[in-house]
Amino acid sequence: MFAVRAATVRFGHTLALDDVTVEVPGGSVVAVVGGDGAGKSTLLRALAGEVPLDSGTIEAPPKQRLGYLPASSGSWAALTVTQNIDFVAGIYGLAGEELCARRAELLDRASLTAAAGRLAAQLSGGMRRKLGFIMAVVHRPALLILDEPSTGIDPVSRIDLWRLVSEAAASGAAVLMSTTYLDEAERAAHLVVLDGGKVLVQGPYDEVRAGFAGVVTQTGEPVRPEWAWRRGRVQHEYWPGAGPPPGATAVAPDLEDIVIALSLARRNAVLS
Amino acid sequence: MIVKEFRELVRDRRTLGLLIMMPLLLLVIFGYAANFYVSSIETAVVGPEASHAAAALPPLFNVTVTQPSGTKADAETLLQGNKADVAFVTGQTPVLALVNGSNLFAAQSAVAALNKEGGKVDTQVLYNPGLKTSWVMVPAIIGLILTFIGTIITSIGMVREREAGTLEQLAVMPIKPSRVILGKIAPYFLVASIDMIIVTVLGIVLFGVPFNGNPFAFALGAAIFLFVTLGLGVFISTISQTAGQAIQTAFFFLLPQILLSGMIFPLEAMAAGVRWIGYLLPLTYFTMISQGIMLRGAPISSLWLPFGVLTVMAVVVFTGATLRFRRDLAPGRPASPARKEPAAGETVSTA
Repeated sequence: MFAVRAATVRFGHTLALDDVTVEVPGGSVVAVVGGDGAGKSTLLRALAGEVPLDSGTIEAPPKQRLGYLPASSGSWAALTVTQNIDFVAGIYGLAGEELCARRAELLDRASLTAAAGRLAAQLSGGMRRKLGFIMAVVHRPALLILDEPSTGIDPVSRIDLWRLVSEAAASGAAVLMSTTYLDEAERAAHLVVLDGGKVLVQGPYDEVRAGFAGVVTQTGEPVRPEWAWRRGRVQHEYWPGAGPPPGATAVAPDLEDIVIALSLARRNAVLS
Repeated sequence: MIVKEFRELVRDRRTLGLLIMMPLLLLVIFGYAANFYVSSIETAVVGPEASHAAAALPPLFNVTVTQPSGTKADAETLLQGNKADVAFVTGQTPVLALVNGSNLFAAQSAVAALNKEGGKVDTQVLYNPGLKTSWVMVPAIIGLILTFIGTIITSIGMVREREAGTLEQLAVMPIKPSRVILGKIAPYFLVASIDMIIVTVLGIVLFGVPFNGNPFAFALGAAIFLFVTLGLGVFISTISQTAGQAIQTAFFFLLPQILLSGMIFPLEAMAAGVRWIGYLLPLTYFTMISQGIMLRGAPISSLWLPFGVLTVMAVVVFTGATLRFRRDLAPGRPASPARKEPAAGETVSTA
C-alpha cells in the first residue's frame, strides 16, 4: 500500500492540495478526476517525490521501484522507440537478454513492434503516449504513476492504453492515474474526485454513486443557473439540500453529473 | 492588435530588457570602448643607459620597468610574460626596440612612433613580425567558439529537456543529479574540444599562425575555460523555460565577451569605466592564455594570473550552476522527512 496522507501543498499563495489523503493498494487502479487546476498533477507529482509537501506524509517506494509517466510526451524526440526504451531500462539496470525480452514483450503488447526503429518525434500522439507508458513500466515498478496518459489521443489508442494499465495492475502494480475521461475513471477500482485541491469524494464508483446526496434534475431552462450545466441538448441542475420543485424530472446521475455537482457545491459554498 | 502586442511585450521581460538594454550597451561600448588607438604603451628599458633612455622617451611610452643591469634576454622575457608591450635595450647603437607583436594595436602604435625616430632606433617586432590581424584573432576566435558552444548550445540542450518534460522524468528515475549533469555536458565538452582542435589547426595551416608554446598548457587553459562557459550554459538553462529564452539570455552573456574582452578592441585603449567590465569576462583571460601560448610561447608560470582567475571563475560558476540545476532535478529532496517507504510487509511485490 502506498499513500499520500493529510498532504498540503502551497505554491505561493495558492493552495494546490488541502489535507489530501489517498491510498493506492497494490494490484489496483486509483483514478484521480477533476477539472483544470483541481490538483491532480500536484497529487501525482507529490507521490512521485517531485513536489515537496508543506505538511503531511508520503508513503512511496524508492525510485528504483517507481514508474512515472508525466503529462508531457515522456520520451526523447530525437531517439528511436528502441533507444528510448533502452536508455530508461539502462538507468534501472536492465540489460542484455532480459532487456531484449522485456522490450519485445512490451512493444508487442502496445502494438509498437513495427515502429521500433522510428524516431519518437515521428510517432502519432497515441503511439508516443504508449511509448511513454512502456518506458514507465519497463522495470516492473511497484508503484506506477500516470499523469493523464490518454489525454489528446484517439479512441483506439485509449483502449490500447487502458488495456496496458489494467495489465500492469493485474500483475501487482499499484497504479495511480489522473484522467479527464470519466468513462475511464469509472473502470478504476477506486475514484478520487478533486476540486480546488480538496478531495470532494472518494471510493469505488458504486459507493460514490450510492453515497451521492441530493437530486439531479433534467430541464430545458434551469431555475438556478449557478447550479446547472449542459449535458447534450438539455441542462442538468443540482439540488443538494431541499428537493427539486414539484414537476421537475429527476435523473440518475452518472459520474460526470456527480463530479460537476460536487464541484459546484464546493464553489458555491466558497462564494457564499 | 497594437494594444495586444504591447501587453505581450510588457510581460516578456527578457525581450523588453533586450530592447532597452541593448541600445544602451551598444552606445556605451562603441562610445567608450571602440578605440583602436593605444595612447599609453607599457614599456621596459634595460641596459646600462636605461635610466637616461627612459627619461628621454616620448610620453606615449609609459615606462613601467627600468633595469640598468638587464640584457636583451631579460627584455625578451619581459615581453614573453606580457609585462611590457615594448622593451628598449640600451648600451648599443642604435638602441634596440623589441616590440610585442601579440598585442597588435599597442604594437602598431609603437612601431608607428618608432618609425618617426629615423635611424636612432632599431625596431624588431617579436611574435607577430608582420603585425597580422589574423595571428591575434585566431587564438581569440578559439575562445569565442568555446564560448558559443559552452553557453548557447549547452543551454539549449539543457532547456530542451525541460520543454519536452523529460527532465521531470529524469528527476524521478534512480539516477544521481550529478550523473545527469555530467551526461548532459560531456558531449558538449567533447564537441567543443574537437572544434577547438580543428580551428587551431586551420588557423595554423590557412593563416600561418604559429604555435610556439606548450600544447598541454593550452589544452589545460581551454579545459578550464570550457568549464566556465559550460557552467554559464547550465546556469542559463536554469533560468530559462524555452530554447528562445535561453538564446536571448545567452546573447546577454555573449555580446559583452565579443566586444569587451580585448578580442576586437584593445583593453588598454578602453575608457577605465568600461575596461573593468572586460576584466570580469572569462574570454578576456582565455585570450591572454591562447595568445600568450600560441604566439609568445609563454610558459604557465608567466600566465598564472589568467589561469588563476579562470580557475576561480570555473569553480564558482560551475558549482553554482550545477547546484541550481540539481535543485530543479531534486526539489525538496534535502528536506523531505515526510517521505518514507512503507514497511516491508506493506509493499506490493513488483509485477
